[in-house]
Amino acid sequence: MTTHIILFKVTLIAYFIATALYLVNVVVRHEKSGRFARWALFGGIAVHFVNMSLRYYEVRYTPIADLHGSLSFFALCMIVLFLLFDMRYRLPVMGAFISPLAVVLMIFAGISHKPLLELNPVLDSWWFPVHVTFAFLGNAAFSLAFCAGVMYLLQDKMLKSKRFSGLYYRLPSLATLDSINNSSLTLGFPLMTMGIISGAIWAESVWGTYWSWDPKETWALITWFLYAALLHGRLSIGWRGKRAAIFAIIGFLCLLFTFLGVNLLLTGQHTFDALKG
Amino acid sequence: MNILVVGLSHKSAPVEIREKVAFSPTAMAEPLQQMLALPDISEGVIVSTCNRVELYATSRECDGAISRLKDFLADYHQIARDDLNEHLYDFQGEAAIKHVLRVASSLDSMVIGEPQILGQIKTAYGYAAEYKTAGVILNRFLHKAFSVAKRVRTETSIASSAVSVSFAAVELARKIFSTLDDKTVMLVGAGEMCELAAKHFVNNGVSRVLVTNRTFSKAEKLAAEFSGRAVSFENFQDQLHQVDIVLSSTGAPGYVLHADKLTEVIRLRRNKPMFLIDIAVPRDIDPQGNKLDGIYLYDVDDLQGVVQANLKERQKEAAKAEAIIEEEILQFQQWLSSLEVKPTIVALRRKLEEVRQAELQKTFSNLGELGKKERKSIEAMSSAIINKILHKPTSILKNAHNSSDGNLHIDAIRTLFDLPDPAAAPQNSDTAPDQDK
Repeated sequence: MTTHIILFKVTLIAYFIATALYLVNVVVRHEKSGRFARWALFGGIAVHFVNMSLRYYEVRYTPIADLHGSLSFFALCMIVLFLLFDMRYRLPVMGAFISPLAVVLMIFAGISHKPLLELNPVLDSWWFPVHVTFAFLGNAAFSLAFCAGVMYLLQDKMLKSKRFSGLYYRLPSLATLDSINNSSLTLGFPLMTMGIISGAIWAESVWGTYWSWDPKETWALITWFLYAALLHGRLSIGWRGKRAAIFAIIGFLCLLFTFLGVNLLLTGQHTFDALKG
Repeated sequence: MNILVVGLSHKSAPVEIREKVAFSPTAMAEPLQQMLALPDISEGVIVSTCNRVELYATSRECDGAISRLKDFLADYHQIARDDLNEHLYDFQGEAAIKHVLRVASSLDSMVIGEPQILGQIKTAYGYAAEYKTAGVILNRFLHKAFSVAKRVRTETSIASSAVSVSFAAVELARKIFSTLDDKTVMLVGAGEMCELAAKHFVNNGVSRVLVTNRTFSKAEKLAAEFSGRAVSFENFQDQLHQVDIVLSSTGAPGYVLHADKLTEVIRLRRNKPMFLIDIAVPRDIDPQGNKLDGIYLYDVDDLQGVVQANLKERQKEAAKAEAIIEEEILQFQQWLSSLEVKPTIVALRRKLEEVRQAELQKTFSNLGELGKKERKSIEAMSSAIINKILHKPTSILKNAHNSSDGNLHIDAIRTLFDLPDPAAAPQNSDTAPDQDK
């Protein structure tokens, strides 16, 4: 237990250092700090992964069953995907957007940490890790699309108003941001779809019904439709640029509500109290 | 030994003066050798560009040397000394080092961050090396300046943003399209600035150029220059949807391109962004176009604004460069003073070695017949004594450049051991570091 908390704190500190370094990189344009930030993130995900594995061996089930585990897993997926994108696009400025997001998730994860109890028998199925892994990888991809969307709007605004702040010199081109929007969407959408399908199959095996209009399911479907609309718009009507960026932002807000808001404001089967069961 | 700078630049002298004191690049041997022949000057380099003329030298007699260099500059170019003096600046020691590092890093240039100055100083150093007027200190110093300039270039973004209107347009296009490789440019009308901008675009990867003009033959001629295609002025608007970048500069009194047409074009392009540059006065393109999604419309004033913003950005980067330079000055000065330490240690060792050899001679002749083994061990013992005695003083001297009383120690050692003054035997101090290599 204590090992878990220590490793968790180490991970949080690594992400925090990465955030600080990325901000230094962007604000004072210090190139080296961007490289160090990347190493901090690599270190962070390594510790993070080890921590989750240890946790798995300790409790013998996928440790994403409570709010703490979910938030921390979300952060891990996000950083892993970002680093993959970063290999291709080399975007320290995106790191300055994504790593603070990971830090916030981790802080909430830290606050919501509770001792692990016996697992609810409903969750004791191999569909559980499949379902949440797909869902969170999808979420992570959409969070990248969200960051790219925010960056696109900022850059677009500066190019239109012809008033450049220091950020203008750091932000990548509109084309690059739009292509990140496109690739994270084409990656995230199938993942999310798989997450919903695997969830439905699993629901059928425990509750005997594929779909029960639980608030989380309903909101997930709404989010799915939003992203489906964006993907369709991109592929067939030539949506791109600003509109795609705005859609990615709305989609992500909707997704956050599905993930957190539903649990905090509404009730249903997808509670994080599943462990108490 | 001190580094000196005497010179003038665009900041201190008008062009009428600068052109008079410029040195011809084809005849550098003579001025360099004349400069070196001046009393108290031990090394010299002459930098001469259209914006500055500077003499770099080393000397032990700074003030005298500076006024001699000033006189040399006036006499060589046959200008009255007093007329020239008011435009000249001079630096010595740390200020001189700082000045040269700033010049090489293009912080003192008319357009901060412009890359030419470094090449010009390299050329100047090349002449000095060719005619052997640069010695140990200036060699090391100028190489330092080159590496500092490189550091400034890589560690700051001092030269990364465009400071000319036509290049600013290319940079903006990159911020929109990322790469220009598969992009199409259309020139509407044929202004000179348009042509220049088009050249920049082609040099930066644009693959297709369309040209339109009210006079079709003019369009054809210009299109041939870019191996592009001429389009008749009557229906150029029908081709606009294939075009990513428009450069417009017609002499038309009103708008040539209206916002509603642009709405249609952007729909045909399936919202792919478009970059319109309107260089014409009065403007060719309805400024309302900029409000459309995916259309980025810039007129001359906008581009000027971008250049101004970029210049400001360079100023900010310059502050970072100054910090790098401060760091490097410190390093170089440490080396410079260690150079003073080295000859002291060499002289000290030589002195003691002379004593040892003399005493050995005496001892051996007194003792008469000695075996090889005995001789060897006496020799070894005497040299061990010297090493033991010298160990501490040597290490103190070597660290002298790190302490404030370093010069005091050097002075004391020189007096106590009655070592020859290095100024009296400059060859020693100049050749010693070379022998190390």
